[in-house]
Formats: sequence, structure tokens, C-alpha cells
Amino acid sequence: MMVRIGVFICHCGHNIASAVDVEEVVEYAKTLPWVAHAGHNLYSCSEEGLGSIKRSITENKLDRVVVAACTPRTHEPLFRRACEQAGINKYLFEFVNIREHCSWIHAKEPKEATEKAKKLVAMGVAKAALLKPQTESEAGVIPTAVVIGGGISGLVAAASLVEQGIETHLVEQTDRLGGLLCDITTIGPEGRHARTLVKDVVQKLEASPKTHIHRKARVSDVKGFIGSFEVTIEGCDGPTKVPAGAIIVATGTREFAPTGEYGFGEHPQVITQLELERKLAMGEKPKRVVFITCVGSRQPGREYCSRVCCNVTLKNALALSKASPDSRIRVIHRDIMSSGSAAEKLYKETSDSGVRFLRYGLERPPEVVSDGDRVNVIVYDETLDEVVSLDADLVVLAVPMLPPDDSEVTGKLLKVPRDKFGFFLEAHVKLRPVEFATDGVFICGSARWPVNARECIWQGMAAAAKASIPIKEGKVVIQAITAEVDPEKCAACGNCVLACPYEAIEIVDQDGNRAAKVNEAQCKGCGTCVAACHNDAVSQKGFTSGQLGAMIDALVKASLEGSR
Amino acid sequence: MEEVESNMRRVVVIGGGIAGIQASLDLADRGFEVHLVEKSPSIGGHMAQLDKTFPTNDCSMCILSPKMIMCADHANIKLHAYSEIEEVSGNFPEFKVTIKEKARYVDVKKCTGCGDCIAKCPVKVPWEFEEGLVKRKAVYLPFPQAVPRKVTIDGDHCRTIQGKKCGVCKKICQAGAIDYEQEDSIVELDAACIIVAIGFELMDASVMSQYGLGVCKDVVTSLQLERILSASGPTGGHLTRHSDNMEPKKLAFIQCVGSRDAHMHGYCSSVCCMYATKESILAREHAPGLEATIFYMDMRATGKGFQEFVSRAKQNYGVRYIRSRPANVQLPAGGNGVLVNYETSGLSGESVTEEFDMLVLCPALIPSKDAGKLAEILGIDLDEDGFIDMPDMARPVDTSRKGVLACGFVSGPIDIPDSVSQASAAAARAAELVDGGDR
Repeated sequence: MMVRIGVFICHCGHNIASAVDVEEVVEYAKTLPWVAHAGHNLYSCSEEGLGSIKRSITENKLDRVVVAACTPRTHEPLFRRACEQAGINKYLFEFVNIREHCSWIHAKEPKEATEKAKKLVAMGVAKAALLKPQTESEAGVIPTAVVIGGGISGLVAAASLVEQGIETHLVEQTDRLGGLLCDITTIGPEGRHARTLVKDVVQKLEASPKTHIHRKARVSDVKGFIGSFEVTIEGCDGPTKVPAGAIIVATGTREFAPTGEYGFGEHPQVITQLELERKLAMGEKPKRVVFITCVGSRQPGREYCSRVCCNVTLKNALALSKASPDSRIRVIHRDIMSSGSAAEKLYKETSDSGVRFLRYGLERPPEVVSDGDRVNVIVYDETLDEVVSLDADLVVLAVPMLPPDDSEVTGKLLKVPRDKFGFFLEAHVKLRPVEFATDGVFICGSARWPVNARECIWQGMAAAAKASIPIKEGKVVIQAITAEVDPEKCAACGNCVLACPYEAIEIVDQDGNRAAKVNEAQCKGCGTCVAACHNDAVSQKGFTSGQLGAMIDALVKASLEGSR
Repeated sequence: MEEVESNMRRVVVIGGGIAGIQASLDLADRGFEVHLVEKSPSIGGHMAQLDKTFPTNDCSMCILSPKMIMCADHANIKLHAYSEIEEVSGNFPEFKVTIKEKARYVDVKKCTGCGDCIAKCPVKVPWEFEEGLVKRKAVYLPFPQAVPRKVTIDGDHCRTIQGKKCGVCKKICQAGAIDYEQEDSIVELDAACIIVAIGFELMDASVMSQYGLGVCKDVVTSLQLERILSASGPTGGHLTRHSDNMEPKKLAFIQCVGSRDAHMHGYCSSVCCMYATKESILAREHAPGLEATIFYMDMRATGKGFQEFVSRAKQNYGVRYIRSRPANVQLPAGGNGVLVNYETSGLSGESVTEEFDMLVLCPALIPSKDAGKLAEILGIDLDEDGFIDMPDMARPVDTSRKGVLACGFVSGPIDIPDSVSQASAAAARAAELVDGGDR
């Protein structure tokens, strides 16, 4: 076999070069078998770096490329494309991570880091030599979307898709659309009437023949993959199977039910924010009200800030303060989280309106004691440095938002992850906020993290933008790193079928022989089936036993040489 | 669905920061022709300047640069870097947009970005990307990962352009790319929608003279600290203070410098609590044993993982959070470091003067200074703080004018993920407007 491998070691500015002696690794790479060229770049991913790799492929007649740099998660597509542009099949590219796996964790041991980088490169080169070109296939996309959840984010997502001409099924588990917005009066800080907002979106949706609303329904099964999902919707008239190209999760949030905090359940005067909203909707205007924020949040066990509660508190405190001139509205808080400009303005207006703000600390929380028809709230105010007693007709607890009870079930159905609090985990917290790592499944609204209505709306639109891309493109590329079965070796035992988390394998009859068969479009290339197979009949393209064995051999060889 | 004419599927995106980049990529993937207009020589915006991002401490440039390259490579995106919007006429869906591509004095088709000219250029000017901490040449590449990777001659400082004797870069350039005669060029195009994503800038914190920026050498802005902490920054990631190049042992941050302040900017800039927490953690990682103190008003940690990030800063990195807005700072007798005068909280609070080796100001983030002029060109409203007015919460990316959309910080203070989702929302809205019946 004659292959010509090019090896490119990245400095990543100082990220790698501060720990790894890049030039030493380059010199080492030149000694490895099949390496026809080795070089280094300050930033391999910059236009200059990619250009130099492409030039080198031509000049040195390279047919394999190894880049030792950062992580394939963000950068592999970039280098694969550079290879393709220079005329090499993109699966003849091998990525070695010497940043996360080496320079960052061994920042203080430069000598050892350099040795480790050499070994990692030797392994990459050994694998690269055995890489085979692969071809990607294309699959069609069903031009229909399913949106799970009929709260404001789901409604807006569906409305945007429909507006873009995409057939959309909206699945709502209750019989009313609008979610939590149905339970509140106005939306802060703008003061928009919540139910009117919902009504406008619903009207727009219902006016389109492309909309299919499933009320009192839930998703009971999801099969398939981007472009061709099959979503089973369990409704009043039994199950319906809906083929869909993309799925948006907008299952929303629910209010934390206090477990006796501040006399909740004991004193009828102690209620939650949503209960206050219902009172406000009935036209009640309580005059002596104490709001307590961070009830059940920002404390051990539920550490997070629920983002929306302060602004809901401000909005309601201001409304009550304005409602009667002799009202006495007090807000007991730890920090007022009115980020941004509209919310901060609301905070200023609320405090200018006469609402009194008192600050408490987690170590000395307020107490609520009964006083006949009323209650007294006794609080140590950090600003005044004294204990204050506040009489109240009503104590309103600003409690955090939680993921809905069935988010675990939804997560399992769609095979998408959740964080430790049960909120859905997006593909990347910074740059992929409305996508899941699973292709074709998107997330918006408070199911990801508590957000206000305005944020729900733009996230719903954002999820619709993402879902519309494959649907409008009409095709998706199926990546080539999938498992394949050698029917000669396969005993049709079914172990791989059971092991596959993506239901991508089935046992089929092929010319009278029963053997496992992989549906490439559905296979994610996780390799679980390869490990499950007793007969060595399943292998994974790009990660064959031969390639992995060569990597181990290279590591052993490099280690022996190093110790000599 | 009926096919719309090709110019109907064209969108102009103004601003090449993360919001503009994301809006462009989504629209381009969605089959629209995108013209991305960026005023500086490279796309990337402020995110390119950041060292890490909160709350995961992911390397900022590392996650941004693939998106920048995708923008440059995308068949549906035409990049107009170093360009400005001159004029916009017409209405949705037939805007006529005039773009001025400013003279770089470099033939971008010939320039290879090799940097030979930069090495030889004799003129030095403060480097914008490095927040003025070091100097660049009059011919320059804004930063190593710049997209497009083409040098630019800064005509205000180039000797030859200013009529003095030089011509060194032209002599050294083997590609023959230097062109002192180059003039601004004008591109006119029709577009269905316009997306504004011109971002923010830092308020000039030296106007608040009580905090000593520009007077005390060891007072820096938070963005300057980002560059100092960055491995690719002027100190190679080594944390030093300006007065004597010593590694600081005590570092202080003052929050809300010019924000949440009735005399300056009333609003909360929204990201400072978290980036100060991040910079404190990073500073401690760069300078073991360092003690970081954050003077704050309310600790606003409202995003995913933010509260835990603050807890980690306190518990694992010993970051001290003091609820207080310092009155002023003074230069200590020795001339190094800074004395911070503040009061401890509560009515019984005491006045304290504490010495720090280095002080970081977190200034108000204000709308990009071009927002006013651009709003006038586009015929859209600004709100009282100068951000683009988004009048209808049910249409959170619509400006006051149909077909003109906005996303990112220019429509109000938000962080990176919110800018990204807003950018995708703007892409959706443009697609709705063009494909839908809502004309």
C-alpha cells in the first residue's frame, strides 16, 4: 500500500503551543510511516491555515490528511471540506485532538504534553493510513413538521412554519391553547394582554389549511430520523401516525408547588404568583400585599434562578400599587433580576410608584406568622440592618418554574437529553440554543430554560427557522460513518437489534439467509452494535477493528520508543 | 407555492457579529441570497475579541471561527466587508440598497494575506481589536483568524495615502496587491428584507472620571481584560498590569459603570455580572493565588447554569462579591495599583478604602454608534436609550418599518445565545414575509 499522508499540527495561538512543543511534534511526525509532509499553522482553522493545507495537498500529492488541533465537534466539517476542495475524499481526513485531550489538561507539564501529543499523532497517522473513501447518500425530507406543545412558543413556531408554507401538526395535551399565558392577565414589562396575544396567534393558525391542531392529544411514539420521522399522536379519536421531516419541542414549564414554605398551605393568605394572577383576572385588588421572591430557588437543591419571577413580581406589584392609592405593596427579595432595558425600566417605575423593596439573605429568610384574618411577615432587612414586621392581607410567593412532569417521557421518546433539573439540553449552550444534538429535532421556550413571553416568541420563530431549512431544502445528507453488517458472518442472533438505541437495525431475509441489516439513514454511527456482536460481523465505517488495532499498535510502538 | 422572483429571495444583513453571521447562515441555508455588510475589515464582531464565554468557559474564537469561515464559503452568501450602507430607498419587498465598499487600497483578488507588508510598514497606530493595548501597523490584518483574510491599508494613517513619502508595502508585496489609487466602490442591489445586527460598543468609561480610567495606569476596561486574558492577546494570556508589568495579586471589578445610572444609562447591560464572574475565574486560573473582588448592585445570574457559575466562582475560586457601588478611586502614592473607596452595605455600613493591584471597569454597553445614522437611512425608530425600537412584542424582531428586521444587542441588551436565537428568529421572519401572504 502506498499512501501519502500530510500531517498538520495546530498552535491554536497559545492554546496548544503554550504546552506542546509544536515544532518537535512536526519533526516527529515526519519520521512516521507514510507521512509525506508535516507542517504547522498558527491557526489551522483560519482562512490562511485552511489555504496552506489545500496548497500542500496539491504540492505534495497528499491523499490522506491528519490535523492535530482541537475538537471534531466544532471543526471537523471545516477540515473535511478543505480536503474535499483540494480533491481528496473527505473521509480520508483524520482529526487528532491535542487541545482538549492534551495541552489544556497538561498545561503545566509541557514535556509530558509534547510526548503525549506525539503519541496521539502517531495513532492518528496509523489510522489515517487505513482510512477508506466513503460516499454520502441523500434522503428526501417529508415536507411536514410536528410541534409538541401548544403554549405560546409552540403556537408561534407552528404559525411561522405555516406562514412559510409548511404543513404543521400542533399537539397540545389539554383542550386549550396558550399554555401558561391563559392563566395570567398581562405580560410584563410591556403590559400586553396575554389572552389577546394568544388569540391572535391561534386565529392566524386556524385560518390556514396547512394547520392541524390536535387538542387533548399527546405524542406516544416517535420513529425515524431527520427528514422522515413517524410521529404517533394519541388523540381523542385514537392514534394517528403523522410522517414529518422535523419536530419542534415546546412543552413549556410549570410552577413549583410550594411545600409549606412561608406557611403555604397553612395560611390561606399565602399564595403563589399564578394564584395571584387568577385573583387579578377576577378583578380582585388586594391592598396590603407582600411579595417574597426566590421561594424554592437559588438555594441548595434547586440552585438556579428561574429568570422570570422577579419581572412577574414587579409587574404585579406595580399593577396593585397603581390600582389603589392607599395600597401597601412590599417586595422582599434577594436580588432583583431585571436584566436589560425594559425590565430595568419596570423596576424603576415600580419603586417610584411607592412599592417598598426589602432585601433578605438566604441565611436569614423572612417568617410568616398568622394574625387573625391577616398575616405578619417578619423580615430582617439587610439594607436597614433591622428586623421589620409587615402586615399583609396576602403574601405572594414567587416560586421558580420547573420542567413539566412528562419531560422525562418526552426526552426518552425523542432521545434528547435533559439537564440535572430536567430542562432540555440544547446542542450547544452558546451557539445552538434552539437545536438538539439529534438532527431534525428542535427546542424552544421554557422547556429549555424559563423565559418570558417575548423570548418564547422569538425562540419559537428561531426553532421554526431551523426546522424549515431541511424541509425547504427537500433533502438531507446522510453521513457515511455508519455500521455495516457482513451477512456471511451474521448469525441473525438479534443482539445488535436490541443494542441499537436508534432502532436502525433489523433482521431481514436476503436470498434465503437471515441477517442483520443497517438502515444507514437511521444509523448515527455510535458503534454500540459493533460491541454487541459476538461474531465480529458488524463493523463501523471509519472505525474498523483494523483501524483501531493499528492505533493501538502505534501507541505501543511510540511508547516503547519513548521509554528507550 | 409559487416561486418568487430572485431578487425577492435576497436579504441584506447589516453587521457581521455573531447575530448577523447566524441570520446570514440560516437564510442562506434556507435558500435565500444573502448580502452580509460589515463595516470593519473582518466579520466576527465582539465575540471574536472574547477569550472565553460564560458559563462553560468555552473558547470564544474557537466556536466562532467555523461560523465565520462558513459565511465566507457559503455559495448563497456574498460578503461585503469594510463596507457601509449608503442609502436605502423603496419599500418592502423591493428595497433598493446602496452599499459603499470602502477602499482598502489592496486588490483583494491578489492579496494572499501573507503579512509581508505588515512586517515592513513603518507606521504604528492603536490596535482596535486589541482595545488599544498595543499598536498595529497602518497596513494590517485585524486579527489572525480574520475573514476575509485580506490586509487593509488604513488610509487615515498610511504615509503614502496621506501624500508623504513611503511606498514600502507596495515594494515588498510580491503579489502586486497594493493599490494606492483604489477608490471606494458602490454596489446597488434590490432586496426583499433588511436585517440590522450592528451590535453594541462600550461606553467610554473615562467620562466617569471618578473611576480613574486613563488616569490610573492600572485601571482597564473589561474588554481590555478579555484581550489580556486571551492566549492570542498582546500578553499571550499572561495577566499583567500596565504600570510595572507585574502580575496582580488583588483584582477588583466595578459593575454598572454608566449603566443602571440615571445620569448615564438607565438600563441594565445584562451581561456584565456574568462576564465579570467569568473574567474573575479566568484571572485566578492565569494567576494562581489571585484574589478577585466584584463590586455589584444586584447579581443577575438568570440564564442556564449562571447561578451555579457564580457559586463556583465563590467556592472554588474565592471570588469575593461585595454589594456596593464604589464612590471613586484614587492613585496610591507609589503610582501603582488603585485605591477603591466604597461603603459596606446597610445603613450601618462603613466607609472603606481598599487597595487593589488592578481595577477592571464594566462599562455600560451602548448601541453601536452607527445606529442613529443607520436608523435614519432605514427610516426606523430608536427607543429612548438609542436601541432599535421593536414596538410589538408579538413580533420581537420587527422594527417600526415593514421588512426591516433587527436582532442581537442593537435591539436591546442580551447575551450571545439570545442573540443567536434572535438571529434565527429574524431569518424565520424574513422567510415568512417573503414566502407567506403577510406582505
